[in-house]
Amino acid sequence: MAGLPKRILKETQRLLTDPVQGINATPDEQNARYFHVVVAGPKDSPFEGGTFKLELFLPEEYPMAPPKVRFMTKIYHPNIDKLGRICLDILKDKWSPALQIRTVLLSIQALLSAPNPDDPLANDVADAWKTNEHLAIQTGEESFLYMYFIFTSLLYFTRFCLLFNNFS
Amino acid sequence: MAEIEEEDFMYDYEESDDEEDEDEEGDFVSDGLLREDSVPSGSKLKAEWQTLSPDQLSKKMFEIVDDVNAVFQLPTPHVRILLTACKWDKEKLMERYYAGDQEALFREAHLIHPKKRNPNPVIVVRAQSTSTCGAAASSKQEYICDICMMSYSTDHMMGLECGHLFCRPCWNNYLTVMVMSQGRAQTLSCPATSCDIVVDEATVLELLTDGEVRKKYQYLITNSFVQDHPLLKWCPSPGCCNALLASNNVEHEPVSCSCGHSFCFKCSRDPHEPILCTYLSKWLKKCDDDSETSNWIHVNTKECPKCSATIEKNGGCNHMICCNNSCKAEFCWVCLGPWEPHGTSWYNCNRYNESDAKSARDAQMGSRAALERYLFYCNRYMNHLRSSKMEAKLYEMVHEKMKELQQLGMSWVEIQFMKKAVDVLCLCRQTLMYTYVFAYYLKKNNHMLIFEDNQSDLEIATELLSEYLEREITSVSLDQLKIQVQDKSKYCEARRKVLLEHVYEGYDQDFWDFTEL
Repeated sequence: MAGLPKRILKETQRLLTDPVQGINATPDEQNARYFHVVVAGPKDSPFEGGTFKLELFLPEEYPMAPPKVRFMTKIYHPNIDKLGRICLDILKDKWSPALQIRTVLLSIQALLSAPNPDDPLANDVADAWKTNEHLAIQTGEESFLYMYFIFTSLLYFTRFCLLFNNFS
Repeated sequence: MAEIEEEDFMYDYEESDDEEDEDEEGDFVSDGLLREDSVPSGSKLKAEWQTLSPDQLSKKMFEIVDDVNAVFQLPTPHVRILLTACKWDKEKLMERYYAGDQEALFREAHLIHPKKRNPNPVIVVRAQSTSTCGAAASSKQEYICDICMMSYSTDHMMGLECGHLFCRPCWNNYLTVMVMSQGRAQTLSCPATSCDIVVDEATVLELLTDGEVRKKYQYLITNSFVQDHPLLKWCPSPGCCNALLASNNVEHEPVSCSCGHSFCFKCSRDPHEPILCTYLSKWLKKCDDDSETSNWIHVNTKECPKCSATIEKNGGCNHMICCNNSCKAEFCWVCLGPWEPHGTSWYNCNRYNESDAKSARDAQMGSRAALERYLFYCNRYMNHLRSSKMEAKLYEMVHEKMKELQQLGMSWVEIQFMKKAVDVLCLCRQTLMYTYVFAYYLKKNNHMLIFEDNQSDLEIATELLSEYLEREITSVSLDQLKIQVQDKSKYCEARRKVLLEHVYEGYDQDFWDFTEL
C-alpha cells in the first residue's frame, strides 16, 4: 500500500468501520485502489430486494479526478447501459474533490430509486419508464383500475430485474 | 510621465496603422517577398483594426476593467469575471448592473453578491483580505479539509465567499490540476460539491506557487479574453502571439497582422474574397470529403449546432453540452436539435421518418448532375490552388529576372514594377480561385451572367499577365515589356476591383441567390 494517499486510507477505513446502510465496499486484496461494491436495491423502488455488484476504481489523480464506477450486474435502468456504464453528472463534469467514495455510492443508490429519464443512456428503457411514470402520475388521482395496472407493470419490472440478477 | 509616453506610443501606433491603411486600402498583402509594397484592392468597405501584442492585450483587458471599475468600485478580479459573463460588452454590463436584476447578474457570473456575502469574517478569506482577516481568524479552532481529510487550524484554511474551506496544499493541488490538465482558468470554481462560485484571479495567483502553472493560468485568462471578446481574434499565423482588435464589426474584409500574415477576421482562414465564410466552409468540407481523415471526422464527429465546434462523443448519454465557454449550447446528439423538447415530449429522434427517406431517394437522382457541376468548378478551383502554391517559386523567378534587368542597365527603382506585377498576379489568382467557389453556390440569374463575364475578363487578363512575366527578356523588348506588364497589371487590378465591387453590391442589395448544396 506504499504511496497510497492518506485520504484513500482514511476513506477505506471509514467504509469498513462505519459502512453505509445497503452499501458494501471492500478494497481488492491486490489493489487498494480497486473496490468491490455491492449495493442493495433501495426500498420502495423497482429494484428492492435485488443486490447489484459494482466495481469502483480510484485513478492516479483521485481525488482531483472522479472514480471510475461500473455496474457488473445487469440492470434495467434508463441511466445505465448494457455494459453497466453510468450516466451521472458527478462522475463526469460535476465531480468535486470534496466528494468521496461514500457519497458517490450514495448518489448511485439514489439514482436507482429516482431515475432521470430526461438524460438517458439506454433509450428504450427511458421510453418505457417515461410511459409508466406518466401513467403513475395520472393514476394517483384517478381510478383504482389504473392503480392496478401500474402495480402490475412495476411488479413486472421488479421481476425482470431480479431475473437478470439471478443470471449474472 | 510614463502615461504620456504610453499615449504617445499609442498615438504613433494608430497613425502608422492609418498609413498602412492608406497604402493598402485596408486590403491584404500577399505572403511572400517584398510585402512592404502596397497593393491597392477592390474592396470599398474598409475594415479598421489594430494589432495587439500579448503585453498590449493584457493592458487592454485591464483598461476595460478599470473603465468599468471607475463606476462600480468593486474588486478588480470580480469586475473581470462580470465582464466575461457579459462577453466584454461594457454597456450591457452597466445596463444590467444598474437597471437589471443585480443578483441574477452575479449569479450568472458565478459570484456572490457583495451584499449577500457571509458576514462571518472567519470564513471569508479572499486573497486580498487575508492579512486583515487573519487576525480575526486566529482562534485555535480545528477544521478538517474535505479533500485530504487532515485537520488544520483555521490559519491554514482558505475559502471563497461561499464559505467552503480547504487547506492551502489542497487548493494548490486542485488549481494546478485544473489549470494544467484541464486547461480551465475562466471557469475555475470552488472545489466544494455543486458549488459554482468562481475562483478569482487574485486568489488563484496567491495560491499557486509554481511559475509554470501561473504562466499557463495567465495565458488561459488572456486566451479566454480574446475568445470571449467579439472584436478580438488571435493571429492564426504559426508562432505569432499577436491578437487583432477590430474597431467595428468586420464583415468579409481580410485583415492583416503586423507580422505580415493576413486572414479573414471572421473565420481566421486565408483571405477568401469574394466568397462568404459559411460557403467556404461548406466548399472545403466538400473538397475534403475523399480523404480518410475527413471520412473519420464525418463518421465520428458532429458539429455543435450553435458554434460549429467539431465534437466527438466519447461516452455518456445523448444530452450534449458544448464545452466551448462562449457557447454552452445544449443539444441532442442524435438529431442535433435543441435539448429542451427531448426532456418533456419524449424522444422522436429514433423514429425512422418515411417522408425523409423518400426525399433522400429523390435527392439521389439529382446527385449525378450535381456531381458534374461540382467537378467543373472544382477543377478550376484546384487549378488556381496549384498555381498559388507555386507562388514562392514565382517570386524567386521574378527576383532572378529583376537581377537580370538590373544587369541590362535598368535601375532598382525602375524594375520595381516587376514585383508589383507578381503581387497583383497572386492576388488575382487568389480571388479567381474563390470566385469559382462563389459561382458554385450561386443560382443562375442576370447578375450571375455579369459576374461570369467579370470573372472571365479577369481570368484572361491574369493569364496574359502571367505569360508576360515568364517571357524571356531580350534587351530589344525591354521598354515594351515594361509597358505591357504595367498596363496588364493595372488592368488586372481594375478588373479585380470591378468584380469584387459587383459581388459586394450584390451582398448589400441581396441580389445573389445561393443554392443550399
